[in-house]
Amino acid sequence: MKTEFTQAELEQLEARFQARIDAEEKIEPKDWMPAGYRKNLVRQISQHAHSEVIGMQPEGNWITRAPSLHRKCVLLAKVQDEGGHGLYLYSATETLGVSREELIEALHEGVAKYASIFNYPALTWADIGAIGWLVDGAAIVNQVSLQRTSYGPYARGMVRICKEESFHQRQGYHIMMTLARGTAEQKAMAQDALDRFWWPSLMMFGPHDAESAHSAQSMKWKIKRQTNDELRQKYVDQSVRQAEVIGLTIPDPALKWNEARGHYDFGEIDWDEFNRVINGNGMCNRQRVAHHIKAHEDGAWVRDAIAAYESKKSRRAGAAAAQGEMSCQTI
Amino acid sequence: MSDSKLKEATRQYAIRLGDDALVLGHRLSEWCSNGPFLEEDLALTNVALDFIGRARMFYSYAAELAADGSTEDTYAYTRDCREFSNLLIHELPRGDFAFSMARQYLVDVYNLAYMEALRTSADGTLAAIADKAVKESRYHLRRSHDWMLRLGDGTDESRQRLQRAVDELWGYTPELFASDALEQGLADAGIGVDAATLRAAWEQAVSATLAEATLQQPAGDWEVSGGRRGLHTESLGHMLSELQFMQRAYPGLQW
Repeated sequence: MKTEFTQAELEQLEARFQARIDAEEKIEPKDWMPAGYRKNLVRQISQHAHSEVIGMQPEGNWITRAPSLHRKCVLLAKVQDEGGHGLYLYSATETLGVSREELIEALHEGVAKYASIFNYPALTWADIGAIGWLVDGAAIVNQVSLQRTSYGPYARGMVRICKEESFHQRQGYHIMMTLARGTAEQKAMAQDALDRFWWPSLMMFGPHDAESAHSAQSMKWKIKRQTNDELRQKYVDQSVRQAEVIGLTIPDPALKWNEARGHYDFGEIDWDEFNRVINGNGMCNRQRVAHHIKAHEDGAWVRDAIAAYESKKSRRAGAAAAQGEMSCQTI
Repeated sequence: MSDSKLKEATRQYAIRLGDDALVLGHRLSEWCSNGPFLEEDLALTNVALDFIGRARMFYSYAAELAADGSTEDTYAYTRDCREFSNLLIHELPRGDFAFSMARQYLVDVYNLAYMEALRTSADGTLAAIADKAVKESRYHLRRSHDWMLRLGDGTDESRQRLQRAVDELWGYTPELFASDALEQGLADAGIGVDAATLRAAWEQAVSATLAEATLQQPAGDWEVSGGRRGLHTESLGHMLSELQFMQRAYPGLQW
């Protein structure tokens, strides 16, 4: 494929690209795309992939302590799904020319981000409920919208991921419902988890549209189909009703139905906290990355062993083939 | 054996097999987010799920036989060390990846043969559980056997680690083939498996794999046993305090 273009050619290509986007055509890996589009996608998909993988940690932290065998199996299956989502997403970035190894390196160096909510600790069993209900709930709102994203492999990955995420959200909500209908102590545990995870879950949608660095361009390229604030509103509207059903209280005194808007009004996010946690000052930032680095380093000898075994095997196969040829020639 | 004695022996037997599966499943589940790469992380969790699922079937059957209101969770969450009757090899801490894979291979060869034998049990429920387990164990064994070759015939480091693991595990393998009066009685009744009959084939298969993986077969000059009598390594108590944390901190609640 030709890679060097004159300015005029480039403008023409970009115009044609935008026309395809405007016509709701999907962009596929071999299609020409602006460098910025590719970069923006890689950033977003990488962040999404790392979030799935780092998200295995807070939940994995409860697998060995799950309160019943049924809950343990469901949680194991869920965390396994998250890892699977990480795999599809890493594959999607590979179609854009960036390898999983490069992405992992960037994660370890602190260059690549993941959803900041995973820097909050999962301290009680109710937190597993809250993560499923709220964190997966927020993720679904975002991902449902991304099923229509303009990049084909990402959109198709989202369709599959959304199916599994809705099962995750239900299991989380079911944990919360069980606690909310349990003893006073269990209900308090559920409320405490909601209190701690509510605001961080709102932060998952990112800064307000006006302050979002990548939003406008992403919308134009239809990488994003709805803005941060639109998605956040949708999430608040659905969550308020879900909390009411199980009798838990969303920790926001400003939360109020607005008849005129047809939506709930809600309080302002503490953006200082958002920035503090993103910039490395959350409860678990250091442990999350350190955990990933340790598992990766501990596994280095295993990956080396596979490579050595495979190369011995192909050498032996090559030698056997050569031997076969020799004996044919002798005959 | 009288019918009621046979029923109680079958219940005990189901608990033993449940304990084996739960304790090993727990060790495997500890690999979640700690695997050497993502695909392997998922595979290990998958195998963990199979074993925990197997434990649930055995425990549920024990609870059904007990008919005293107990459930699968009663067995998993409310018994202490001395009441756990798993074979010791399953409870050993997960160690490095070589240790976990060597253990997995040794018990997979055993489990496949054991479950194939249990499939013909005169007890329909045990036979049905075994039938499902055989399919899983075939897949587990294919995986762990591949890992034995890759690690054994990989790099010097991987061979050394795997050799060390096999050496450390070897003394726990004779217990796999021992049996007591309870198991002997059930074997005679056509319900249980006489594990001693599986030994020769197990040794043959394991020796062949060790050779193919360029490993030395350990001398077999030590052995430890006691799991079926509730005598365990100290690691089991720590595992249970984690596994049973919620029931211990909040006794009797539903989650």
